[in-house]
Amino acid sequence: MTTPMLPKSLQAEQFAAYPPQAKALAVANLAVLRQLPLSFLASLLRELIEYDYKFPAERGAIDRELKYLAARTPEQLAKIFQGFAQVTLTENFEQLDWVNKPSQFLEQESAYLWSSHQMDAFRVAATQYGDALRVATPAAPLPMRRLGIAVIGQGVSTYQEPLFRNLRAHGTYFNKVKAEGGLEQILAVLQERAKTQPAPYAHWYVEGGAPAHAIPAVTSVSYDSLQPVRSRLLQFMQAQVSQPGMGPEELRTRLARLAPADLGMSADGDAVLDRFQVRLFTEGSGTQIFNTTFAQWTAREALRRAEPLTMLVRFAPRQRQRPMNEMLASAEGPTELDAVGSLVDADMGAYYHWINQQRLAEAERSAFVVWFEGHAQALVVSPTLPRGTQSSSAMDLKGLLELVTS
Amino acid sequence: MLKTGAMTGEDWKMSGLAPQEIARRLSRTRRDFLRDATGVALGTSLMGRRFLQAQGLAKKRKVIVVTFGGGARDQETFAPEGQINIPHMLGELIPQSSFFTQVTNRGILGHYVATASLATGVYETLNNFSAVPPDHPTVFEYFRKDLGRPVSDAWVVAPSNGFNRIGESDARGYGPGMGARVILPKHLLNAAAGASSADFGHLLHDNYETPLYAPQIGGGEFELQQLEQVLKLSVADFTAHAKTLSSPDELSVYIAKQLMKKESPSLVWLTMHDIDIAHSGAYSLYVEAIRRTDRLCAELWQAVQSEPEYAGNTTMLILPDFGRDGDEDSGGNGFQHHRTGDPASRTTWMMALGAGARPGVIYDSPVQSIDLVPSIGGMMGFTAAQSQGRPIRELLG
Repeated sequence: MTTPMLPKSLQAEQFAAYPPQAKALAVANLAVLRQLPLSFLASLLRELIEYDYKFPAERGAIDRELKYLAARTPEQLAKIFQGFAQVTLTENFEQLDWVNKPSQFLEQESAYLWSSHQMDAFRVAATQYGDALRVATPAAPLPMRRLGIAVIGQGVSTYQEPLFRNLRAHGTYFNKVKAEGGLEQILAVLQERAKTQPAPYAHWYVEGGAPAHAIPAVTSVSYDSLQPVRSRLLQFMQAQVSQPGMGPEELRTRLARLAPADLGMSADGDAVLDRFQVRLFTEGSGTQIFNTTFAQWTAREALRRAEPLTMLVRFAPRQRQRPMNEMLASAEGPTELDAVGSLVDADMGAYYHWINQQRLAEAERSAFVVWFEGHAQALVVSPTLPRGTQSSSAMDLKGLLELVTS
Repeated sequence: MLKTGAMTGEDWKMSGLAPQEIARRLSRTRRDFLRDATGVALGTSLMGRRFLQAQGLAKKRKVIVVTFGGGARDQETFAPEGQINIPHMLGELIPQSSFFTQVTNRGILGHYVATASLATGVYETLNNFSAVPPDHPTVFEYFRKDLGRPVSDAWVVAPSNGFNRIGESDARGYGPGMGARVILPKHLLNAAAGASSADFGHLLHDNYETPLYAPQIGGGEFELQQLEQVLKLSVADFTAHAKTLSSPDELSVYIAKQLMKKESPSLVWLTMHDIDIAHSGAYSLYVEAIRRTDRLCAELWQAVQSEPEYAGNTTMLILPDFGRDGDEDSGGNGFQHHRTGDPASRTTWMMALGAGARPGVIYDSPVQSIDLVPSIGGMMGFTAAQSQGRPIRELLG
């Protein structure tokens, strides 16, 4: 607890503990920050305090948002934040250190909004603000069509149930795909796109198992390569849980404080990517135990945050369900795999991949391909192909991808 | 910065609609589907007729409440693409039941607090992750106090340690000693199995919202010796049977059936929870749990029919405590959680079977989850004085 404080009392020195770029941005925008309602400001500061570790797309969005807000008159700001201003918080919230600990503030705010039945009103205010902001601060046009690729079903020899059920209405279903060399052809397309439009974090390869191979200029994240991080995290969680008085909220707070070095990651790595990977485990649910969940959540978070031009996700078989305490106890040791269950997980994961891609700019131009690895089934969603149809054309993955990238 | 979704694509039919309108459409979809699939009638067309009287009402009325497993969505249950997951409810239970298509939960969407709200008829605001009693009188306290019923007449079978205080409130004039006995099957199994409890790990999942935490047991917990005194089960028989079960909810249903057979309580509350495995993000496990819960509901209803104390005079009410996040809400991650408060997570359904229910009738009129307690009061003859809900007239003759 600190001295009660409202946004209008903000001073530059209160941002002393912020990382350099975040501090500079906060101080430069002090005048507008002072005019924002506390119920909203904490969520902006939660993003701002991480500015130095954010992806370029996120930084650009924060820059545009602050520029937009700074250009508004006090009357315009009052109108924009009318919905948030109507959310009432108790005086206790003014005593929290919301400048330096905005995440903890938001956690308490969220609990309070639920218990005071204001969550629906907050949701409406947030949605309206987000919609208005998106219209007012458009991002630059994309240099190439966004492409999502999901590879599912690794390790499944036969599967009789229909696949891609959620996506069929949106694209063309291919049932005579030449599977041979499919993964290599997909990786080659990814490599070519990264070469054509090189930019930091613009092209991703998310792997649920072991990565096929490194690709220049492509951001790679894989479950297997993060095994030591996961193992350390589970040890940390077990140690925290055994402490007296520890509860879910406190554990979440402690997890949120973890930095890459705390989990054994090298200090000379990619600070932005390493922090992103730590968050996958500390903020994700189930990412610690199931690689299918890890792959789905990683794609979601990378799309939401980095807004890449290319996102390849390859799902791998996850461990069979075991008692939760066993699965949480260790990230090591042999485990029995559930290949068919993983295919079902991945089929849904691919659908969510497409949904999350559709939330980004220029969704109407984007394309999406999902392939049952090693098999003849694939589905393509693209403005260049009809929806809700089936094709028996025999073509390989390279040909399929050319249909949507050319 | 608050990021919300752009929502483009053909299937975003509900984007831009008010939450109430989305809830109404969800309801209509359920109704249309059920009418097409099972040939059931729309309740409003029958409202003028005299309400059907259940057979055997001379016997003491009994009520069983089943919460459907930890939150499930339409697309995995009552929507056309979900019907494959609920063959027992569609084929066996719906034709025998009154079905309410629009049940809204306007409270906090955590399982313990939502179940407490269902049980009190008030949107409780207690900490979801603490083993604390509800602030308002529970249905069990109203039932026992108003009707002068003994403690053996109201039971709760609950999924996790965190639910051990659900049986009675902290409310003035009610409270300790006036509520239901609570059985925590996993706690019972853990105690019965002793050193070999590791053999039952698959039945001892505590909860999926915070899998690392199980609040400490306190208050009116079920004592191990009551395994024999109440359920008439030896430790050896109990553990032997448990070895044949595959999930915590199967264990709960087994205990509930044993309780009905041996103790015949008038008010039974069974909270199922397997479906909440969805929090792990594994869709296949979520769907598998829905299919299991569907089967278990049918098995429980069959047990009601086969028990002389229950057949003909029992109303069984099945309802989820709430739904799960919709795919369209960018604040969530679809089926995995119930955090957004969007219409899909707040709007569910309820099925009423047996005494007082009109078989094969669908009601579209909106009801709230807090209407359950005053409705049970109307059925059983007590008044839920502090409940903020209203009796559902379609359930009361």
